[in-house]
Amino acid sequence: MTQPSPQILPLGLDGVLVRFADSLSEEANRAALAYRAALDAARPPGVVETATSLTSVLVRFRPGETGREALEDVLNEALAERDWYAAPLPRGRALWRIPAVFGGADGPELEEVAEAAGVTAGTAVEEIAAADLRVLALGFAPGQPYLGFLDAHWNIPRHTNVTAEVPRGAVVVAVRQVIPFANAAPTGWRQIGRTPFRCYSRQGTPAIPLAAGDAVRFEPVPARDFDRLTEAGPLGGAVREALE
Amino acid sequence: MSGRLIVHRAGPGLTVQDLGRPGGMGLGLSRGGAADRYGFLDGAALLGNPPGAAALEMTVGGGRFGVDAPARFALSGAPLRATLNGSAVAPFATHAIAPGDVLDIGPAEGGVYGYLHISGGLLTEEELGGRGRHRIAGLGPDLADGDELPFGDDPEPGAAPLRLVPRAPGDQPVRVIPGPQTDLFSADARARFEATTFLRSPKGNRQGVRLDGDGDGAPFATEAQLGQVSDFISEGDIQMTGDGTPFVLLADCQTMGGYPRIGTVIPADLPRIAQAVPGAKLRFRFVPLSEAEATWQSDDDIYRAARKRREARIRDPREMSDLLSYELVDRPDPEVAG
Repeated sequence: MTQPSPQILPLGLDGVLVRFADSLSEEANRAALAYRAALDAARPPGVVETATSLTSVLVRFRPGETGREALEDVLNEALAERDWYAAPLPRGRALWRIPAVFGGADGPELEEVAEAAGVTAGTAVEEIAAADLRVLALGFAPGQPYLGFLDAHWNIPRHTNVTAEVPRGAVVVAVRQVIPFANAAPTGWRQIGRTPFRCYSRQGTPAIPLAAGDAVRFEPVPARDFDRLTEAGPLGGAVREALE
Repeated sequence: MSGRLIVHRAGPGLTVQDLGRPGGMGLGLSRGGAADRYGFLDGAALLGNPPGAAALEMTVGGGRFGVDAPARFALSGAPLRATLNGSAVAPFATHAIAPGDVLDIGPAEGGVYGYLHISGGLLTEEELGGRGRHRIAGLGPDLADGDELPFGDDPEPGAAPLRLVPRAPGDQPVRVIPGPQTDLFSADARARFEATTFLRSPKGNRQGVRLDGDGDGAPFATEAQLGQVSDFISEGDIQMTGDGTPFVLLADCQTMGGYPRIGTVIPADLPRIAQAVPGAKLRFRFVPLSEAEATWQSDDDIYRAARKRREARIRDPREMSDLLSYELVDRPDPEVAG
């Protein structure tokens, strides 16, 4: 496979998307994080917001203050400054250990997911607990992380039919990623567990605990611990450890 | 004078809304805010409230309201059928309301999202920079019968009654610009998309509106339909779900999603999607970015344009005819009378 090259694309009338890859990769995710940090430091005129997704950077601008072409020139110059795919992860990262209940009523699709991954349900939980996951991006709802990467046999597609609603804290998987849901929401991903960890809580300090680049490990806990951990506070028993 | 807006009856779909919470895409928070920004800003402009002053958004459920202090109010967005103490009140106009008055708001006519603005704006609690209900983000209050919502000081106390002619929605095909995933769709699929007359499905909410095809077309799937990498979503994006059914994403859309999007409805035309009633016919047309960019208006631009449309409301013949029509009805409409 050849080295991907970044693309600059329109996203709505006041947005530009700098896409580092059109398939998910660790390099493209690192590139997006580093490129956004550099843009935030440079503060190009007319830019009102930047954000990273899994492999892209969103640059939202005020059309009255800068034109799309002028902004794209600035973004292209920044792209040429370095090999963004070789950029290191952001500084000040943390490792989070997040408790979760897997299977049973809290993970109704665990068996089906394990079968799709070609392992037993028990092995599936062991593999998820052993995976060194990383917050690739916060997205969908406030503070909700897209965590990757599970091994290649976890490249399970989304459902063709959307599940009407999974509960807050649902741990869902698809396409080599895991997501703890910030709120009850419809999803095409498959629910294998549930965590008492709150992705966003106005009582929390900070309200949004996770940041893109942070490391995450899931720690399986018995279903009977769920209520106790929920009552422990918005972190739901999750523990933060500074890295570096 | 500030006071409290009393919710005697909260119809389904009644929410506090403002212009949303911009700037949170990196945290997973989409902007949200009024489903029809143009319609919302008409009401703020009528009263002289600041553009972002919070108001009530309502759908077919309407509601019944009162105040504990004198104030002015205005109805905007989808034309709401309303009475004040049993007498019809015209939408797109300012009216006085005093303690003891009963404002009954029935279903919108020819639209989905209507707004009740009160002078001074609603001052309900702010969270993450906004007051509005954003369901998928878990923000803002769920309203219930008996709620009392504080509002601020009238910015134009004693102002003469005003009205405003709302912006005409137009009947040309809804304009769409290409987005990052438009190229995933074949030229044939895009042409078929433009040639299809869609019907606004009964399935729709503030997150998005489903479109049903005219029955004989294949769904708009791409080859990479279910394994696509999740990426940023923009309000107005036309997303093709797993089976190739289009959804147009509205204010409360998620920030990221994996279903491919054929294009983005331009902001100037998005109110037509939000306000399309179930069964309404919708057609789409791709326009070049340069053509679309000429339609761009910031919230302040939209607000200023609405302010310019304000005019004195001395003898409004439309309201007179409304009054007559209400008096000819034997019994009050139960929806309106609550």
